[in-house]
Formats: sequence, structure tokens, C-alpha cells
Amino acid sequence: MLGWLRGDLHIHTCLSPCADSTMLPMAIVKEAKRNNLQMIGICDHNSIENVEAVKKAGEREGLAVMGGVEIASQEEVHILGFFDEETSLWDIQDVLYENLSGENDEDVFGKQLLADEYDRVIGSNKRLLIGATRLPVEGIVHLIHRLGGLAIASHVDRESFSIISQLGFIPGGLTLDALEISSLASREKRYALSQRYNFPLLTFSDAHSLKSIGRSFSSFLIEEPRFEEVKRALMGDKGRRVSIE
Amino acid sequence: MKLRELVKKFNLEVKCAADRLDRKIEGGYVSDLLSDVIANGRAGDAWVTLQVHQNIVGVASLKDLAAIIIINGRQPEENTIEKAENEGIPIMVSKMSAFELVAGLCSAGISGTR
Repeated sequence: MLGWLRGDLHIHTCLSPCADSTMLPMAIVKEAKRNNLQMIGICDHNSIENVEAVKKAGEREGLAVMGGVEIASQEEVHILGFFDEETSLWDIQDVLYENLSGENDEDVFGKQLLADEYDRVIGSNKRLLIGATRLPVEGIVHLIHRLGGLAIASHVDRESFSIISQLGFIPGGLTLDALEISSLASREKRYALSQRYNFPLLTFSDAHSLKSIGRSFSSFLIEEPRFEEVKRALMGDKGRRVSIE
Repeated sequence: MKLRELVKKFNLEVKCAADRLDRKIEGGYVSDLLSDVIANGRAGDAWVTLQVHQNIVGVASLKDLAAIIIINGRQPEENTIEKAENEGIPIMVSKMSAFELVAGLCSAGISGTR
């Protein structure tokens, strides 16, 4: 049976240098539940290394967690990739690290903490996760799809790191599964995007701190909070759909 | 100055639309944000950028820019060249950085203001 479920699928953890160090797996899951979300997604910059811990915390607390990553293309366009299979997450991770140079400077960009499902910090990532990969945007979307994932352009209304700010417009033939608009997008902006582009629109919080979780979310008319159901909702399969109202 | 003279003077590598080099350059603009070029580029500009994505051709065509100059020796993607050839937009590659190239263009009398 279909029912409306609330999902905030773009949340950063303490692994993203720009996110608060309080963005730990359990803390995120608890805050999401407090905000009546039935589903969250974890998308750190160019890394999936905290996904598993948040998934485990979610399992324990009864909250669905989608594994994802926010990839920076060579044009500095941000693309969200979501995957059902853990192997796909590690596969994309390999490609991203092969195409990402530099070392993080904690004092400049912030810490990149690895945590377990009990919010214990177990290490840190030394790569320059805030950097851009050498992968073109088309290649990223193609790679996500080849690994069975969903490709969503991040915060397309924003003036930085969005496909529209960087490339002027969405290239024809780019098979995105949806566009994400930020929590700040006006009604007029939403309407203009929906008129211009034939992609489903979603909105998520892009939370970098606990208090931002759920400040913006999308509703999914689906059977249960699972990757496959979200995918079918984006395709409008058998009554499933999404809403940002 | 015509594009042809520019190519010679700055030792640019012409990647496509070599038959369109007789156009006069009216001015110059430098930016890597295509949304910014849509907002501020003007017809006849030589546009200096590091972006190599095919959308640079769409933007140049939309704004009727005279040419695209890609800096740091970066090579445009294949479909970018193909598209630019079809649309008649010359793409040139310079080995120089944007800073050096723009300084050179300014000394050669190409202006950012009109």
C-alpha cells in the first residue's frame, strides 16, 4: 500500500570538512526521527566512508538510511549519487579517489572524521575531499547509472557548485533522475525550473549541522522507505510520485 | 583586431571553425562560470576560460561571442569541438594562464569595457 513518507536525502556527516563535528551517525539519526523523517540520505563530499555507520545506527533506531555521495565534477558541478548496493558505493569510491588530488588541511577546511555507529570517532580521512574530481559531469552521471544508482543534480538554484551556475544551463541529453533545489529557493524559482526542465524536482536540507536536518525535505508516495521505491517514485511508476509542497 | 591576427600573435592552437577567423574582436571577457558569461558576455567578445564542457559552445552561440580561448593548454572535450565546428564558433587553446593571456590581450588593445 502506498503512503506518503518524508525524506531528507542530502545530509552531510562529520566526514565532510565543512560539516560540524557533531554530525555523528547516532546524533543524525536521532535528530531525523525527532523531525518526523522516515528516510534520510547520507551524502558527504566525494566520500562514502561514513555511510555504513549511519546505516547501522539507522537500523538500530528504525530509520531508513540511503547511501550516497556528493560528487564534485571537473566543472565544479555537484551531483548526488545514491546506491542500493554496498559494493556500488565502494566501486564509485574507488573511481572518485583515483580522480581526486590533494591532501586536506584541517586548519583551513576543517576536520574529516570517521565515526562508528555509536558516535565514536575512529579516525580521519586525509584526502582533499572538498576538492573537485577530474571527472566530467556526463561521465559522473554515466558512472552512477552503470553502478545502478540514481543521479541528482545538487541545489540547482544556488550560485555556486550547481550545474546551472557552472554550466549556464543543463546540457541536453544529460539523463539526470531529478534536480534538487535548496531550502532557500523561492516559489517563483521552483516554478521556473519546473517549466524549463523536464526532471522531477526534489528538495533536501543539505544539512551540515544537526539543527538543519529536515529544514527542507521531500515527500514520497511509496510502499516503504527503500531505494527501489524512491527510484520508482521518480519514474512515476504505478501511482508512486514525489512532492515538494 | 581580427581573430586571425590574435592566433598568430599569441600562438594559439585553433581547434575548430578555422574558416571563421576573419571576424573582428570587439572586446574581451574572462570567466569560468557559464551563468556569469550568459549575464555579462557581449557580442564580439573573445572569451577566456578554463571550462572545456560542451556548454561553452551553447553560451558562445547564445551571446554571439567571437571566439572561445581555453587557457593552460587544457584540451576541449571531443563533443565540444564537434559542436563548435557545427555552430561555427572558433575555439583556440593557449598554453598561457588566464592572467598572462588577459594581460597580453589588454596590451594588444583588446578591452573589457566599451
